[in-house]
Amino acid sequence: MNRPEILIIDDEPQIRRLLRITLESHEYKVTEAGTGQEGITLAATHAPELILLDIGLPDIHGQEVLHQLRQWYTKSIIILSVIQGEAELVQALDNGATDFLTKPFRTGELLARIRASIRRHQQTDGNPIVRTGNLEIDFAARVVKKDGELVRLTSTEYNLMALFAQNEGRVLTHQYILKHVWGTGYQTETQYLRVFVAQLRKKLEDDPHQPIHILTESGVGYRFC
Amino acid sequence: MSAMTYPLLGKRRGNLVLQFLISFGLVLLVALSFYFSVDLIGYKIVALVLLMVVSLLAMVFDIVPVLSAAVLSAVLWNYLFIPPVHNFTIDTPEDLLLFMMYFVVALVNAVLTSKIRKAEAKVRERDERAASIRLYNTLLNSLSHELRTPISTIIGAVDTLKESPSKLTAEQRTDLLTEIDIAGTRLNGQVENLLNMSRLESGFLQPKLDWCDISEMIHTVIAANKSAAHAHTLLFSPPEDFPIFKIDRGLIEPALQNLIQNALMYTPAGTTVRIGLSHSAHTCIIEISDDGPGFPPEKLSQVFDKFYRLPNMPTGGTGLGLSIVKGFVEAHKGHVRLENVKPHGAKFTLLIPAESSLLKPTEDE
Repeated sequence: MNRPEILIIDDEPQIRRLLRITLESHEYKVTEAGTGQEGITLAATHAPELILLDIGLPDIHGQEVLHQLRQWYTKSIIILSVIQGEAELVQALDNGATDFLTKPFRTGELLARIRASIRRHQQTDGNPIVRTGNLEIDFAARVVKKDGELVRLTSTEYNLMALFAQNEGRVLTHQYILKHVWGTGYQTETQYLRVFVAQLRKKLEDDPHQPIHILTESGVGYRFC
Repeated sequence: MSAMTYPLLGKRRGNLVLQFLISFGLVLLVALSFYFSVDLIGYKIVALVLLMVVSLLAMVFDIVPVLSAAVLSAVLWNYLFIPPVHNFTIDTPEDLLLFMMYFVVALVNAVLTSKIRKAEAKVRERDERAASIRLYNTLLNSLSHELRTPISTIIGAVDTLKESPSKLTAEQRTDLLTEIDIAGTRLNGQVENLLNMSRLESGFLQPKLDWCDISEMIHTVIAANKSAAHAHTLLFSPPEDFPIFKIDRGLIEPALQNLIQNALMYTPAGTTVRIGLSHSAHTCIIEISDDGPGFPPEKLSQVFDKFYRLPNMPTGGTGLGLSIVKGFVEAHKGHVRLENVKPHGAKFTLLIPAESSLLKPTEDE
């Protein structure tokens, strides 16, 4: 099998070296760009499987690079950033970034995100059942099972759960979830979201206060694993 | 510090008109009230009373309004009290001398008081500058220590790993790598707190309020401290059906992190750290208590000061943590209480006023 190619756009040579060693040792092919401009050019000529984009670039702003890439590039773009929970991160996700990682990050986490992003992109649509841990979501039957047992969900709870399951492993912003589950006009009603997430956790998590499936990404949104 | 003084000065200048009004008003009021009782006490006493008024004004107001008030009072005294009244002429040489003396004493009084106040302000400014230099030095000292310790660990451990790989057992290698890991995490924590401090120092920290599951936030902080807590017991039993609160998690989470990290770092091994969560109508209450030795009672009020560290404490702190806790909670218009508990131990209580919601999704929507 061909080794998937990953393009790193980051102005810090040390970070690029660390990422290269880590990724190459896990069977990825690596291309590096030190500036946004170079990154955009390399993305066009190499058509990588995934792009790691540092949001704080010296030449062009990372948001602008993201915007230009998204004009034609449809595969995964993971944002690297030094700020947690900032508006910038949410903006990048709402503008088409697939996921994000905050520096300093654990390489294990980086590899997990990369695997999930690539897998999701290669996945053909209409996977009828998603299984993770002790949970099973059956989209055709519109049911959720925990440890093989049916879990009673209200229709909103199911819709929220289905959205999570369709985006397994990926962070979803509050705005995105509100828009897709409640519809346009509800984007600021984060209170609904908190209540329904709490309710889902109560029904699906072994310990709702220490969730392992529906995780909070502070200041950004939720991630379903 | 200077940022604190200048707005005050600016305000004082803005209040000049008010100072004139009060000074003139007070002098007029006193003069008029004595005008109707002058037969009882005699006009010479009135001069002393007016002099006292001018002296009092000099203690609080600027030189220009005070001098103006002094002149006004002299003129009023002459016009209303020195015989013959209701004109500016003075009949006897004694009264003339009195009037001149009044005039001079009032002016000297005003000028002297103002000079004293200026000198005091200068001393205060010098003290403040000295204090801020001291603070700055304390920061640099503790910072260079706090940053260099983990940096030394990283460089040292890497050297050993690189130079004598064959002499190390597998276990030693793992230990060194763990040390590098801990040092990196510690450095990251210090940078986090410096950033937090600079957010506070910028002076316009505006909490971004959003709904938050407080129990989950506490669990997140506990999970982040799991490896540091191996010698302690960390207890938290989340209350059932706790409402969600509208807070800035970006501020409250680091506040909790600092308190829990402190409790783990500064209490002896074997100590139990308890986290309590409760609420009143519009306040979320988080308590962090331990059964360690507690704080020296006379130091309880100082521990929230910036860079303050208790004497004879083990190293491993910049003295920023608790001032960040206080600053972030106060940004929510809340406050932090610290008390010693019986038989021994310390308890921090965070009182955070916030909108709450017990909204429940209905089953049949």
